Amino acid sequence: MDSFGSDFSSGAAGSGKMDTGMIMEQVKVQIAVANAQELLQRMTDKCFKKCIGKPGGTLDNSEQKCIAMCMDRYMDTWNTVSKAYNSRLQRERARI
Amino acid sequence: MEGQGVTADPQLQQFIEVESQKQRFQQLVHQMTEVCWEKCMDKPGPKLDSKTETCFVNCVERFIDTSQFILNRLEQTQRTRGSSSESMSD
Repeated sequence: MDSFGSDFSSGAAGSGKMDTGMIMEQVKVQIAVANAQELLQRMTDKCFKKCIGKPGGTLDNSEQKCIAMCMDRYMDTWNTVSKAYNSRLQRERARI
Repeated sequence: MEGQGVTADPQLQQFIEVESQKQRFQQLVHQMTEVCWEKCMDKPGPKLDSKTETCFVNCVERFIDTSQFILNRLEQTQRTRGSSSESMSD
């Protein structure tokens, strides 16, 4: 209750702190969205290349199944790469 | 502390540094995923087999090795060459 009061007070320090917090949260959300978009864009590119031969009039069943599997494998790949890179970074830091 | 300039806020400064570092990591993961997918993935199956997974791990390690190699060699050739424009050895 007290912090609420001070946040909405006209004190510069109080409202400054609240703005900073809000900004940080908004930025985090925007970063997360940008990352998701990037992931989706690359996944779409890769899976289109792997699964679609000569583009027909629709996406047939086998193409859809392929795309679904491809999406899962791409996520697996992303996680594997992320883990491997993280391990490498830890190892490099331990050396210093 | 005045809430005047948001950029003067050390909390925000640190936040920016931390998030920037996180983003550099993310970007490299995106890039290596794409490159290593091309190198290691044949036909996407129902799961990731161990051979393919090993290839991904190797790919990441060799990619970073390559990056370091390039930086080191560039640094070397800059040093030995000095400022003259001699042709590159090798």
